[in-house]
Amino acid sequence: MSDRVSAVLLVLGAFFMLLAGLGVLRLPDLFMRLQAATKASTLGVGCLLVGAALHFQDLAVTTRAVLVIAFFCLTAPVGAHMIARAAYAVGVPLWEGTITDELREARRSASDGPTESPTPHPAEAGDA
Amino acid sequence: MSHGILKVTDLAPGLALAMLGLAQLLTLVRLVRGPTLPDRVVALDLMGVLSVGMIAAYAVAMNQPVLLDPATVLALVGFLSTVAFARYLERRVRDE
Repeated sequence: MSDRVSAVLLVLGAFFMLLAGLGVLRLPDLFMRLQAATKASTLGVGCLLVGAALHFQDLAVTTRAVLVIAFFCLTAPVGAHMIARAAYAVGVPLWEGTITDELREARRSASDGPTESPTPHPAEAGDA
Repeated sequence: MSHGILKVTDLAPGLALAMLGLAQLLTLVRLVRGPTLPDRVVALDLMGVLSVGMIAAYAVAMNQPVLLDPATVLALVGFLSTVAFARYLERRVRDE
């Protein structure tokens, strides 16, 4: 029974990874590709490692699998956020069909707004 | 396999490895094509995650649980490289 569940999880995980690869190749702009790569690959790695843990049925292997899954769940969003912020700062173009760019609107209203203090942001000022 | 009869469940790791290899190829195309540096960083990051998955599938295929240790290490190093690339990109913008 457990070897069948393990086999299904292995193929399912590989399928999600394949979707991630396909998304990275086919989606039109960086931020969509990043979304596909992060979410689908986290789910895919999770499925594959649970499948491996079910296959071996060993405490040491299960511990490692749980550790790696927890690590991915913690780091994948952080890494994706850092790349997205850096890419936006570099000025990577958005897809031409993009409807709204809330970050640019927020930045523009922050620089135009009369209520905003004239001094630069403390994080930017202290970093130089 | 030891009985000499091929079960359907024995095919799963091989099938998973084939799908992961195809995913690696698709990601490699994006890595070569770019067009910007962050695109390549995303592709390289995904290739690292795909490698972790491939090692897990290979460990099941070869019945070698020791192979999961390199997967753990690769997961750690992959995150560090992503963070380093992101920092480098942001610093390069700030310096200009």
